Amino acid sequence: MAQALLEMRNIDKVFPGVKALSNVDFTLHAGEIHSLMGENGAGKSTLVKVLTGVYPRDGGTVRLNGEEINPRTPKEAQECGISTVYQEVNLCTNLTVAENIFIGREPKKYGLIDWKEINRRSKELLKKLSVDIDVTKSLDHYPVAIQQMVAIARAVDVDAKILILDEPTSSLDEGETARLFKIVRQLQQRGMGIIFISHFLEQIYEICDHITILRNGELVGAYEVAKLPRLELIAKMVGKDLNDVKDMDKMAEKSVPHEEVFIEADHVASFGQIADVALQLHRGEVMGFAGLLGSGRTETAEMMFGLKPVTGGSMKIKGKEAGLRHPMDAMKAKIAFCPEDRKLAGIIGDLTVRENIILALQALDGMFRHIPYDKQVELADKFIDRLKIKVSDREQLIKNLSGGNQQKVIIARWLAANPELLILDEPTRGIDVGTKTEIQKMAVELAKSQGMAVVFISSEMDEMVRTCSKLIVMRDRKKVAELTGNDISSEGVMRAIAGGDN
Amino acid sequence: MEKWKSFTSSSLFLPVVALAVLVIFNAIFVDGFFSIQITEDGRLFGRIIDILNRSSSLIILSLGMTLVIATSGIDISVGAVVAISAAVVCTLIGGRGDGVAETPMFLAILAAVGIGVLCGLWNGLLVAKFKIQAVVATLILMTAGRGIAQLMTEGQIITVYYKPFAYISGVIPGMPLPTNIFIALAMVLLVVIVMKKTSIGLFVQSVGINATAAKHVGINVTMVLFLVYAFSGFCAGVSGLIESSFIRAADANNAGLNMEMDAILAVALGGTLLSGGKFYLGGSVIGAITIQTLTTTMYAMGISADQLPVVKAIAVIIICLIQSNKARELFEKWKGNRNDSASVTTKVKAVE
Repeated sequence: MAQALLEMRNIDKVFPGVKALSNVDFTLHAGEIHSLMGENGAGKSTLVKVLTGVYPRDGGTVRLNGEEINPRTPKEAQECGISTVYQEVNLCTNLTVAENIFIGREPKKYGLIDWKEINRRSKELLKKLSVDIDVTKSLDHYPVAIQQMVAIARAVDVDAKILILDEPTSSLDEGETARLFKIVRQLQQRGMGIIFISHFLEQIYEICDHITILRNGELVGAYEVAKLPRLELIAKMVGKDLNDVKDMDKMAEKSVPHEEVFIEADHVASFGQIADVALQLHRGEVMGFAGLLGSGRTETAEMMFGLKPVTGGSMKIKGKEAGLRHPMDAMKAKIAFCPEDRKLAGIIGDLTVRENIILALQALDGMFRHIPYDKQVELADKFIDRLKIKVSDREQLIKNLSGGNQQKVIIARWLAANPELLILDEPTRGIDVGTKTEIQKMAVELAKSQGMAVVFISSEMDEMVRTCSKLIVMRDRKKVAELTGNDISSEGVMRAIAGGDN
Repeated sequence: MEKWKSFTSSSLFLPVVALAVLVIFNAIFVDGFFSIQITEDGRLFGRIIDILNRSSSLIILSLGMTLVIATSGIDISVGAVVAISAAVVCTLIGGRGDGVAETPMFLAILAAVGIGVLCGLWNGLLVAKFKIQAVVATLILMTAGRGIAQLMTEGQIITVYYKPFAYISGVIPGMPLPTNIFIALAMVLLVVIVMKKTSIGLFVQSVGINATAAKHVGINVTMVLFLVYAFSGFCAGVSGLIESSFIRAADANNAGLNMEMDAILAVALGGTLLSGGKFYLGGSVIGAITIQTLTTTMYAMGISADQLPVVKAIAVIIICLIQSNKARELFEKWKGNRNDSASVTTKVKAVE
């Protein structure tokens, strides 16, 4: 075999109290798309950060084209030819597309920035990626998908040999993902080595050649994608027997709705957000909102939580007009809402896990009925135990937890408030497979054992199909179909979204 | 040892160290810094008492400022509100030469503090309801406030001859310490109790760290903001009483001048980040005392009032450097090394 493009050998990285990576090997060949897999906290991002010079490594060697390199900053790594596009697009949305591509390395003419050259070269670069846009407009004119392309354009222009894509598709819809993949393949043909990190198994199997699996900071192995069945991959990631995983995949039986209606919407609308939605949610029912990004599923949930005003139709809770104007109105009606954007609207980063858990209950009680410290500890411990939240102790800051555990804390926060309706908006986004299944199971379990009404929103079709007893399909801010029982299938949902069938 | 360890890593450690350094400096260079005498009528007297006396109004201001900053806001109008409060109390009591109050003093005090709260509510309205940036919103009152105070005093410096008015910042016969020290103490206690017994602290932090998430858990963000700005106004109102009582007059131009900056500095010295979130009331109180100690030290060393700002600036820079993240890191490293070498020596001993 030809000499490897990148060889990382015996990489060690220690954080205070944790061995983040121990003796990890990673090999990447030119013209290869290689996936790094592992649960949250397995060491994927740490390995990438060691490679890109964000963290200094504590042991091991990195060779690029046979030569040893020691990048100490992302800039040095970039000069070696290692470029990264991060999960969250980290560009300046108020600058123009061209400025974003050339920021920090502007071509100069007579000591001044040569704008013509910048704009011309940006245009060319993007054309190569088959993106044809006006590069002199500011970046926020364009959707996230385009922004992602711009980030890639920026990354590949600096003579990259290796391109690292960290969760590039987590905020893209299917069409946009397809477009991204086309570009990635083009880059592959140019002989670039690509490291692709994603939680979407489908995508890994679609685009990658090799998979390196990490678990608890250790190397499990490197495999060819074609020779590694999915179940085996998951088994290796979570470190369990194949049969266990099969069990995990087989969902428990779905919840059967009670007679009693909890919330009922009759042709509700919210100006500019939702055009027409009718639904009936019973106690003990898990209802899914399916639809593409921007179809109105999050907005509908937000309306049920008093974050969006009802401007048309009527919404009733237990038969009474709801009249929700603030989240607090909804909370008093025993509604809980885990928002889609965990970082922005969910966690309060600098507070401890305990404080984050009791926060909703405390808000309900009001600021003058302080929950005594002992009671807070009891509540926090109860939920850490019940939801199996991995924390060093309850006084750990929530921002230091992994995404999956943060999500569990947010769910714990709401369970502590004893809701009768729990709305979960994208609860499994950016979370490892094990935790994903746990959360799905929990949604069903809450409906079954406590008769809770649950709304489950997700971009992953199979997850909804497995979890929900009823599916509301939305398109263009309207409900277009309602599926129950055996009609709930990926195919059925897609047909409804596409609009081929009523 | 364990106690020491938890103290060195606590948020109060560096503010305390900064103050301690100042105090040690004083102990060496200023004669009789620690001496406290008792006068015949039972009053305590000395430099330290003087520092506490003079820092009382800054302590009170920094309490309100801490909470405002914790919500990631700022209130630069407090100095002007001090002037308004001073103007209100002095005009109401009146500058009659025969020493008779035109309005009962407690009513005048109530009015002055009430006006302070009103000013705070105005700031709260602009920040919470109209969503104006805190600096800009409070800048309005900062510039207009002194004008309002001028209007009330009709451009005069009103000197109050009514005797009990001097007791606010002076010693009530028979008491060992000036009243304003007790007022500051009471305010600190009040805030500490409120923080312990209610969830306001938690809500304030939540709003400061992530207002969107706070809204999503049902916290009334608008109300929290109103509360902290009103409280800051309340603190400024109380400070106005103390400041005017010191000079027994309302000076619209100079009362509380630049105090907002000192209050912000006190909060920063106390370890609360200006970006909001976690706040440290104890740190702010120590910060306020540190600033006053600095001023008193300068005077004691014979530095003239004109040069004071320069020396103060240098000292502040040093204190800020001590408390910077970089210094913290270096300190942690040093502590780590020392622990390592300590454990090595114990091991060696064990081998022997």
